[in-house]
Amino acid sequence: MASAFSRYIIKRSAYTLFSLFGLSVLVFVLARVLPGDPARIVAGPQAPEEVVERIRQQLNLDKPIPVQYILWLKSVFHGDLGYSIYTRHSVTLDVIKYLPNSLELIIVAAIIQVVGAIILGVASGWWAYRWPDNIVRAFAYIGISVPAFVWAIILQLVFGWWLGWFPVQGMFSEGVTPPPRITGFHLLDSLITGNFVAFKDELWHIFLPALALALGPMAQDARIIRAGMVDNAGKDFIALAKSHGLPDRLIMFKYLFKPSVIPAVTVMGMDIAALLGNAFLVEIIYNWPGFSAYGIAAMLRKDLNAIVAVVLVIGVIYAVANIIVDILVAYLDPRIRYLERGE
Amino acid sequence: MTEPHSQRVYLRRRRLSRRYESLKRAWYYFKKSPLSLIGLGIVSLTIFIALFAPYIAPHPESAGLYMNFEEAYQPPSWKHPFGTDAYGRDVFSRVLFGFRYSMMLAAVVLSLAAPPGIILGLIAGYYRGTWIDMLIMRIADIFIAVPPLVLALAICSVLTPNIFNAMMAVTLMWWPWYTRLVYNMVSSIRNEYYVIALELLGAKKSYIMFREILPNCLGPILTKLTLDVGWVILIGAALSFVGLGAQPPTPDLGTMVAEGGQYLPTYWWISVFPALAIAFIILGFNLLGDGIRDIFAATER
Repeated sequence: MASAFSRYIIKRSAYTLFSLFGLSVLVFVLARVLPGDPARIVAGPQAPEEVVERIRQQLNLDKPIPVQYILWLKSVFHGDLGYSIYTRHSVTLDVIKYLPNSLELIIVAAIIQVVGAIILGVASGWWAYRWPDNIVRAFAYIGISVPAFVWAIILQLVFGWWLGWFPVQGMFSEGVTPPPRITGFHLLDSLITGNFVAFKDELWHIFLPALALALGPMAQDARIIRAGMVDNAGKDFIALAKSHGLPDRLIMFKYLFKPSVIPAVTVMGMDIAALLGNAFLVEIIYNWPGFSAYGIAAMLRKDLNAIVAVVLVIGVIYAVANIIVDILVAYLDPRIRYLERGE
Repeated sequence: MTEPHSQRVYLRRRRLSRRYESLKRAWYYFKKSPLSLIGLGIVSLTIFIALFAPYIAPHPESAGLYMNFEEAYQPPSWKHPFGTDAYGRDVFSRVLFGFRYSMMLAAVVLSLAAPPGIILGLIAGYYRGTWIDMLIMRIADIFIAVPPLVLALAICSVLTPNIFNAMMAVTLMWWPWYTRLVYNMVSSIRNEYYVIALELLGAKKSYIMFREILPNCLGPILTKLTLDVGWVILIGAALSFVGLGAQPPTPDLGTMVAEGGQYLPTYWWISVFPALAIAFIILGFNLLGDGIRDIFAATER
């Protein structure tokens, strides 16, 4: 069906591509225009001027910025994001090395978030204005207001240090051999190789940081689902279902749940933004060897190629995730499909 | 042709009394919700502390590079409600000063970012479908293409890390959110009959945009401004936390959380109390923002 909807998705993707292109120009130019000489950083403060000059030529820094940008873009399309001027590693290899660790953390956080939000939201909506609802609503307000890095510190302190239920930092305990690299996602790799010790150990380590990331969006979504449940409970189709004597459980899960979850799915784009952004802080607190921790390290030492790469990679992930959310919403909500087709 | 003097006075009085009436009605709706009142209380307290921190802090000297190693690492007590840090500075006093920096950041960023964002959104929405719309909105899209915190970090990282540059970086990435909000509202208001009627009457475009359309967007803008105070403070704290914003010994809440982080878990109070202070401020503005949104929803009905 070459419907209006698929046309809408294509148009959105085109806009997204344009934004990413603009973003690359913005970050690239910012990184080059602002004070600080990358060639001098590479060479070191004591290097003679001719060495600095040679490095400048090697890195194309002597050319005008538009030319630099085009040269850079060309190599990006060849999969080469340049060299870190600090560690001299290939940035592309660094991305491949660190990105899966972060994605793993974010995916586990997203699972906790979705499951938690559905349980809390449905419980709150079903017992609206009674005590479970009051507890969930109080939690929702606090959950939204407490920033992820504050959650991270409090969870680490209480469940890591004081109670000792979870490890405080890192990805694996000492003595546990991480699985060999197959996909780069350690959880997946340890399952593939049947290394259940490493699998369990990493789950143990990932839980607190993932929970810290998940609590904010979870509270937000639980609130939206609750509002949807309360709103829809007063509608005619529920009254009809009740008057037909359908059991409560069927009404709740079949008729009330689905329309109430859709609004929560539409804000998932924002949730993903929150997860991607907050991962930068949470990874530092838990010493998680991820992409965001790599990004922060690059930012603190003004490692320009790495910074540009980090922003762009996050931009691409965010864009793809948002388009998937759009398609998901249209799939869940027939009203949107018909609306788009009607136009 | 102007109205006679007495009629003008009458009209002005009626307008003023109407404005007073609508304020009274807003307050009536607002005070019905205890959560909104709590929010208002927290926000008032926050602003009060921010303004008068040097006068109410029990140990104002702790705000700077003060050292008193005899009193270092003291747990919370009556003398030091939030304990003392590695230099013997009173954490409670530093947190009170931290309110200042947080509120200053929010005030500067929002007053610099919101007006241009709103105006660009008005223009883009009014000229919807033309190249002006295309230009403004595609540029705005670029800033929205990455999560706000990531862009703020990246911009800050290429600048010298200090509180002024952090403000500039957050301002630079904040305006598009207002542009998008206003754009979406204007593009629907734009086709209302009163706007078309004014256009047919030959009213000036600036008059239509600022005097007719803009007042109808104020509700959501005000709500967003209130909620954004919390978000800006969060981003500012995050920047300081990773070391790309305010630098020590500035008593910025994010910086204090980061500094205290290295003394966890033994001296937990050094970083936990500033962290809770950040959450407290954000909670206040969230509650207040929700209250304001409810007022506009109620008065629209």
